[in-house]
Amino acid sequence: MSAAVGTSDSRAVIHAQGLGKVYSPGTQAEVVALDGVDLDIRAGEFVAIMGPSGSGKSTLMNLIGCLDTPSSGRYLCDGEDVATLDAEARARLRRDKIGFVFQGFHLLPRMSALDNVALPMGYVGVSPDERQSRAQAALESVGLGERAGHRPNELSGGQQQRVAIARALINEPPILLADEPTGALDSRTGEEILALFKQLQRRGHTVVLITHDADVAAHCDRVFVMRDGRMHEEEAA
Amino acid sequence: MSAWEVMRTAVFALRGNWLRSALTSLGVIIGIAAVIVMVSVGQGTQAEIDKLVSGLGSNRLDVGPGSRRGPGGARLSASSYYTLDEDAAEAIRNEIPEVQYVAGSLRGSAQVVFAENNWATSWEGVQPDFFALEGWEIAEGAVFDARDYGGASKPVILGDSVRRELFGDAPAVGQSVRIGRVPFTVVGTLAAKGQGGWGQDQDDVVLVPLETGRRRLQGSTGLPPGAVQQIAVGVAVADDLAYVQGQIEALLRQRHRIQPGDEDDFRVRNIAEIVATRTQTTRLMSLLLGAVASISLIVGGIGIMNIMLVSVTERIREIGLRMAVGAGPTDIRRQFLAEAMLISLVGGIVGIAIGIVGALLVGRLGTLPVALNGQVIAMAAGFSIATGLFFGYYPARKASQLDPIEALRQQ
Repeated sequence: MSAAVGTSDSRAVIHAQGLGKVYSPGTQAEVVALDGVDLDIRAGEFVAIMGPSGSGKSTLMNLIGCLDTPSSGRYLCDGEDVATLDAEARARLRRDKIGFVFQGFHLLPRMSALDNVALPMGYVGVSPDERQSRAQAALESVGLGERAGHRPNELSGGQQQRVAIARALINEPPILLADEPTGALDSRTGEEILALFKQLQRRGHTVVLITHDADVAAHCDRVFVMRDGRMHEEEAA
Repeated sequence: MSAWEVMRTAVFALRGNWLRSALTSLGVIIGIAAVIVMVSVGQGTQAEIDKLVSGLGSNRLDVGPGSRRGPGGARLSASSYYTLDEDAAEAIRNEIPEVQYVAGSLRGSAQVVFAENNWATSWEGVQPDFFALEGWEIAEGAVFDARDYGGASKPVILGDSVRRELFGDAPAVGQSVRIGRVPFTVVGTLAAKGQGGWGQDQDDVVLVPLETGRRRLQGSTGLPPGAVQQIAVGVAVADDLAYVQGQIEALLRQRHRIQPGDEDDFRVRNIAEIVATRTQTTRLMSLLLGAVASISLIVGGIGIMNIMLVSVTERIREIGLRMAVGAGPTDIRRQFLAEAMLISLVGGIVGIAIGIVGALLVGRLGTLPVALNGQVIAMAAGFSIATGLFFGYYPARKASQLDPIEALRQQ
């Protein structure tokens, strides 16, 4: 495996220190979702974050993905401190640093695969012509060059997830964040998708995979386990 | 995203539910069309009044008989008797220097006959200043000369409508016509004035000298000597109008020996006052019409807001996804605002087309005058865009403030 072995935290694309998240603080409904999580992921790593539901892994994913801000602690996303950013700035950070892959694919049903893949470029200011060619290239890199004109409902689940991965890669973000990417797929198709992630890692992408499935996590270089809002263990793959 | 692209995305989104989009536009279409038709009618009416003002002149006073109490205290009709005469007209001319024109007149109705053609019209017995006061131009022939006003000769000047009815395209000057049973010689014809401010045909008239009219056409109903029905007064400077009005009233009260506290037996009417009242009425009408039209536009706007709110709720997952891939609140707000504006813009364009057709139809079929101009259309276009912006803002803001985590979780 070609896992990055650098030890300097400053070179980490994801650097979290004492990360905490409390919902409805000060009320009876107060929930401590994250309780002092430390996490360092370096460029080019393929890591899994595991944990049962309610363990805080979704909260962690939202924080890593710059969808939310922490209540306490520090999170540097590719060197940028997220805590101080407003919604507009966080959107820009997501656009430039994060590629999301969801369990339910989240493709827009009325658009072709090509337009779905091209969607994120609309918020960057890439010219329409360049968007078309880049989206086509991205589809080809996930093995769907022939299916560019198809709508999501004309594609299989595995193909839809490939389209979603192509979309996540289109702005060349340093972090690829996948939330149960194989959860909606049968095991054979799931293996194919995981193989695709490994391929992407070899090309230099950092992949963070959130899953509750130990078999899936076994494909990764490093595995973090969340339990009751704490990053409990770190096992070797 | 460029503005062009935001618009293209909006077109794509609206096409996905085109019937709903079209129905939502309908509200704006009706509103904008109503605004155009209503404002056109309002402006048309105002234009008619302006024409009336310029036709009558704003520096003119009309002196007519006042109402008089009969023996039992019952009011008699104002025109049922004659309190004014040529001497009063002369006195006004001589004693009030601000007065430029004075013309007493009599009028009545009569059948005018030429050869086998005849035409029922009204005649007016006039004094020389009448032509200047009324703004009459001679088309053919000449005005009456000094001898004509003596009452011995029987000359007549025909209004354009009467000339057309009796002579068609044949020359009228020099011909002999009968008014009632009295033969007259046509000495001139008047240039057409067209429809008056109250919709009457101003050209349906024949003019004779005052004395001739009194002797030959008024009949022997026992007129006081020199009696006139009305004295028209033209003031050189419009600002003097109120002052001259007071002077005339004082002069006539003195001449008629009316004691202080007694009622006048004459009435001085200020045309400008009448027109001002009418203008005010029209303004009010325009305002009401505009208000009705605006209400329909507001209803259309509420329709847009309603549909946009539904659309935001329906597309919450799309919004969440767009946010996840990098759309900021501004991008989301812009997108939904663009959709609302597109609905109202399309509605505006169709509404303008229907409004123009509607205004033209009203002008052609109806009795209401219509003035359609670019200003009205530009205003309507502006209104339609403003409607989209105003009513689209809240739903767009709501979409932009969604929490992407919640939005993505929505099934």
